[in-house]
Amino acid sequence: MGWAIALHGGAGDIALNLETERREPREEGLRHCLEIGVAALKANKSPLDVVELVVRELENHPHFNAGRGSVLTRNGTVEMEASIMDGRTKKCGAVSGLTTVVNAISLARLVMENTPHIYLAFDGAEAFAREQGVETVDSSYFVTPENVARLKQAQEANRVQVDYTPPLQKEEQIPPADGESQIGTVGCVAVDGNGNLAAATSTGGLVNKMVGRIGDTPIVGAGNYANSYCAVSATGKGESIIRGTVARDVAALMEFKGLTLKEAAAYVVESVPKGTCGLIAVSATGEVTMQFNTTGMFRASATEDGHSEIGIWHPGQC
Amino acid sequence: MGGWAIAVHGGAGIDPNLPVERQEEAKQLLTRCLNVGISALRTNCPAIDVVELVVRELETDPLFNSGRGSALTEHGTVEMEASIMDGKGRRCGAVSGLVTVKNPISLARLVMDKSPHSYLAFSGAEAFARQQVCWCCGDFQGVELVDNEYFITEENKGMLKQAKEANSILFDYRIPLPGNETCLAAAAENVLQMNGLPISVYAPETVGCVVVDCQGNCAAATSTGGLMNKMTGRIGDSPIIGSGTYACDLCAVSCTGEGEAIIRATLAREVAAVMEYRGMGLQEAVNFVIKEKLDEGKAGLIAVSSKGEVAYGFNCTGMFRGCASQDGFMEVGLWE
Repeated sequence: MGWAIALHGGAGDIALNLETERREPREEGLRHCLEIGVAALKANKSPLDVVELVVRELENHPHFNAGRGSVLTRNGTVEMEASIMDGRTKKCGAVSGLTTVVNAISLARLVMENTPHIYLAFDGAEAFAREQGVETVDSSYFVTPENVARLKQAQEANRVQVDYTPPLQKEEQIPPADGESQIGTVGCVAVDGNGNLAAATSTGGLVNKMVGRIGDTPIVGAGNYANSYCAVSATGKGESIIRGTVARDVAALMEFKGLTLKEAAAYVVESVPKGTCGLIAVSATGEVTMQFNTTGMFRASATEDGHSEIGIWHPGQC
Repeated sequence: MGGWAIAVHGGAGIDPNLPVERQEEAKQLLTRCLNVGISALRTNCPAIDVVELVVRELETDPLFNSGRGSALTEHGTVEMEASIMDGKGRRCGAVSGLVTVKNPISLARLVMDKSPHSYLAFSGAEAFARQQVCWCCGDFQGVELVDNEYFITEENKGMLKQAKEANSILFDYRIPLPGNETCLAAAAENVLQMNGLPISVYAPETVGCVVVDCQGNCAAATSTGGLMNKMTGRIGDSPIIGSGTYACDLCAVSCTGEGEAIIRATLAREVAAVMEYRGMGLQEAVNFVIKEKLDEGKAGLIAVSSKGEVAYGFNCTGMFRGCASQDGFMEVGLWE
């Protein structure tokens, strides 16, 4: 028992020889967000507060695909989405199609707490944001030069890609659409010493996605889920995660098949197509697991017994 | 066992005082739609085509809350959503925030078949609908588009007004409202509500169809106008894969009722999960999920299994439904 926390900055085809200037800011971001999450748990904040807090930090970080740093739609705009779930009550909130809200995850929480609904999207969500007085900015705030370049690259190759594709060197061939980097999304899961669980996930979505495309992130049971068994946040190719009801299935395997957290996570990750999915999860008893069938997943975790780790690729690779 | 089976629903949470003529109208529509599905199944039509066909019928008829006859938003407009899932391969498509698409379920199908994504919403979904329209060799392809006015019925305008009044009543039950006895009674005694509205005002949400075809493939489809007096941009359970709709190689499920409860319970996936991970049979799974997984929420669902079984369950006052299977079984009902 004891508290535990895990967070991620997206899974995908992260090049094993990722340049330092791309790797270090992300590792630093993971480290910083982990510290914030751990401090909050030690200060006895509820897991729901902790996951919101950490995801806000990840959204504000320009190198991850959420909030500032979100990837762009085919029109060069941002459309952000997020969801949050309280494992103790199974209450949840979700938003999609945000263009001016600085912290999508906080709006998702407000939907959960201040409306009779679970999910608000597009104009309705933006109007709600104004009613609630959350921080909004001009959409240009979210756009980074890296993502403008990624969009151009994707449009030239005429494909939809999950982000973090390294910019192409001139000599390289354009990789085929199937071998695409499949990174997206940020997320955090946490459990306190009493077994209360919460999960939060936020994203800009897929590079060059159609306007109005919704992925797995705001879909309860797909990209985000928490109940009394575990809390899960998934990342990767949204369409695969939705079909696989990934986050819900981890909990369902624990509940209905008696699998452990690690076994359940492994089962689910193996059952989705290779290269499409990663997830982080914590259990009511304070266990953590972070698994992925992609090349890498930006991730970090810590538990009350003092263990902590930050990672990108599979153990053994570097 | 084996063979085809089909179930349809027109929403759960029926006013016990619903006039008998309305009950009869509903039964006739359910019977007609069942027969549309049965005819298709007898010609070996694949499950995914049958569910789309049947839900189109349900959307087009103004009686139930989907397509024409959809519940109205707080602004008196219609925003429709739908999802479809093919158990074979677990492909899926979903749409939300539609305002001009005559048959939302068909757009959901096009998202599944013709786009790189699974879910499109609002202006992006409407734009996609327009892109799909074309005349190829004189044949119309794509989805039919109409004015938002087409979907709005006088009856629902009246219901919206009542819902707005009921929402204010629920906040202050001391204010008497002349001539609106049911609302007042319900509010004062806190009796028979669905989604925070007195049952007399609540529009049973959603229509759906689940089918297993002669090959044992399952498919599910669900479509709705959503909650009466909903906030603009509110999305319910119907377009959410795993909540309102789900299909895999074991079964297909379509749910209706309190959207929040259905989403929290990931209700449709839950039926399949207990079959897959606990080895439960279809009816056992349906009963278990309805009884154990809804907490305080009220909902219903229909389901078929790859073995040709059909089942339904609900924990609220009634669900418009019909079922049939290849062995000659056929039943249409509203109450327990």
